[in-house]
Amino acid sequence: MELSSVDLSRMLTSMTLGFHIIFATIGVGVPVMISIAEWIGIRNNDEYYLLMARRWARGFTITVAVGVVTGTCIGLQLSLLWPSFMKVAGQVISLPLFMETFAFFFEAIFLGIYLYTWDRFKKPIYHWLLSIPVIIGSSASAFFITTVNAFMNTPQGFKLDGGALVEIEPLTAMFNPATPSKTFHVLTTSYLTAALILGSIAAFTVLKGRNGVYERKALKLTMAAGLVFALGTAVAGDVSAKFLSKHQPEKLAALEWHFETKPGADLLLFGTIDENNEVTKAIKIPGMLSFLAGSSLDHEVVGLDEFPEEVRPPLWIHYLFDMMVGIGFFSIIVSAGFIILDKMKNRNPYNKGLLWLILAGGPLSILAIELGWILAEVGRQPWILRGYIKVAEGVTSADNVGLTFLMFLGLYILLGVLTIIVLVKMFRNKPAEAELEDRFRGSSK
Amino acid sequence: MSLEVLGITVLWFFLYGYLIVASIDFGAGFFAYYGRVTKKEHLINHVISRYLSPVWEVTNVFFVFFFVGLVGFFPDTAYYYGTALLIPGSISLILLAIRGSFYAFSNYGSKDNDLYLFLYGATGLLIPASLSTALTISEGGFLKEEGGRVVFLAGKLFTSPYSWSVVVLAIVSVLFISAVFLTYYAWRARDLDALGVLRKFALFWSGPTILASLLVFASLKSHNPHHFENALDLWWMFGLSFICFAAAALFIIQGRNYGTAFIMVMFQFFFAFFGYGASHLPYILDPYISVSTSYTNDTMGRALVTAFIAGLVLLVPSLILLMRLFLFDADYVKGKK
Repeated sequence: MELSSVDLSRMLTSMTLGFHIIFATIGVGVPVMISIAEWIGIRNNDEYYLLMARRWARGFTITVAVGVVTGTCIGLQLSLLWPSFMKVAGQVISLPLFMETFAFFFEAIFLGIYLYTWDRFKKPIYHWLLSIPVIIGSSASAFFITTVNAFMNTPQGFKLDGGALVEIEPLTAMFNPATPSKTFHVLTTSYLTAALILGSIAAFTVLKGRNGVYERKALKLTMAAGLVFALGTAVAGDVSAKFLSKHQPEKLAALEWHFETKPGADLLLFGTIDENNEVTKAIKIPGMLSFLAGSSLDHEVVGLDEFPEEVRPPLWIHYLFDMMVGIGFFSIIVSAGFIILDKMKNRNPYNKGLLWLILAGGPLSILAIELGWILAEVGRQPWILRGYIKVAEGVTSADNVGLTFLMFLGLYILLGVLTIIVLVKMFRNKPAEAELEDRFRGSSK
Repeated sequence: MSLEVLGITVLWFFLYGYLIVASIDFGAGFFAYYGRVTKKEHLINHVISRYLSPVWEVTNVFFVFFFVGLVGFFPDTAYYYGTALLIPGSISLILLAIRGSFYAFSNYGSKDNDLYLFLYGATGLLIPASLSTALTISEGGFLKEEGGRVVFLAGKLFTSPYSWSVVVLAIVSVLFISAVFLTYYAWRARDLDALGVLRKFALFWSGPTILASLLVFASLKSHNPHHFENALDLWWMFGLSFICFAAAALFIIQGRNYGTAFIMVMFQFFFAFFGYGASHLPYILDPYISVSTSYTNDTMGRALVTAFIAGLVLLVPSLILLMRLFLFDADYVKGKK
């Protein structure tokens, strides 16, 4: 099979983003968890939580490094692979891209300070305060970069006059209709994913037979945070549905296999579709799609029939959508289950079955991030800038994209494998209990 | 000053900032590896890791800032450089990625892994070499536009004396800047053994730095005579650069004022870099992109400048805090914190 430059460029961009997004998500979410743990530790004078913050931060240094370098890769690859797109879009949307580097700069500075000043302040609360700019920096970074993606979905803030861009309004472009729902969704899911990954690690440790106070506290904290963020994610999902229905109806229609514009549209769960667009084995909830899109069972939902064939997104994104939403509900149920069992007397939240589910939550939430990202991007096809530039028009004219793809594939395999090896090595022979002895109790002897 | 010149000046400042902090970082990686191979590790690597650990990520940001800003202010650069530099740009990126992550792997993960340290050291020299080719290409003659496509003339780049002289200059400058800074840092840490080794490095690389600069000038004359003429008009910038170099070298030879010596080196490169940049104008990529033709629209230009000023208000105090905690805190530098 001969792959075109467009196919290869899409593959390379997908691969870089697909790899980077794991570390970016951790980079946005984990500082929040570290900060919460340190705060509780200082408030309650509880050395378990202080140790938790330290251990999480130690692992974080590795993932953040990979996040930084892969972020640099995608930053430059946008210009290398999509030069024509960047040339046009750069005129309108370079403001948030530029601001993202500032936020990132800010975060980098304070992260450097935070990681190397654990014992340098007389009052521990000063050290905790340093986590705030780290969170602001990383979340602002996510916010700015997501506004750029939002702009690709619902571009505004400029006019086309012949081939030239006129009446450019950078802020209008940045705060386009997709911005609120997208940034909200990205932030809540990043926090959620971080909580679930950390919870997953704690569950793994307990399942391996190390069931100490440290692990239990880690589970409680991550599951409580996970529940809050999972509920936030559900709200964000709802906001997204309403946004799509209003501003990007073809994406919602493709996600939901909704062909005809009509009021009282059904929500389809699961199912399969054949080449004649016949849906089988789906669960239908009458009127629910209308309700989600417009808060009323009679709301009219625009169907794919209003769009010419060549600008309809591919229909397979429905499967991704189902899995993503499913994982979202899974995380609500598991975290709520743990919290409820923990509150009830004579119930054991540390039973094997639940721990296995919590363990699964980490990898599943990363999977959900990947699925959500793919469906957001594929759901915009064939556009790179919806309504203005198609993907094929934005691509580089350079040869050798295939070779570049292979080089980066090698890089990501290398980084992925080494990240895991280094992280495992870092913690395998250092159980929390032993470190607690060393760090907090050893000196008093 | 017009907005586009202001824009390129701001970006040039950041590239200069990257030149300094990245040189320290790149060179330090090389010296750290050299230290291990020659069994002088115990003398110098402590000083190196003490400085690098908290700041390496910040270094990377200077670079990201530069290219994002460049595409923002001058969107045409994305088109020309982006199309032309797919392969060389990707190689630089991979080297940067390996370097950044292997620093973390070796520093936080397995401290004694020779391979990690080797990759960290080797990339320290390869990255400046590969990044400097972007500046070489900006002189023109290595790209051509045919049939609506931008083609990169790799063969020409590899056989050009100018191109190689820039690579040599980039590598020796990195080692020189880094050695002078680390000499200063060792002196602050009152680590006399490290000081002795690093001071020798600094002296060793000082001569080649000047020779390499002259080489670049000589080859620029034949590669881009027009730029060379412009540079001669700014002869005083390069004169100041040389005076600063001489002062720095003198201090290091005399074994005193290491802090001033490093500041002099910063000025040496400041004058040379801005002299080079100013004489390069109006072209960003000779002859395809000039600051005036490729400048983004006015609205975006103003928005970017505003964002930049707001950003500086945030960043400058943060950077000062970072430096006070790690660079100018005598106890930290000495390893007591």
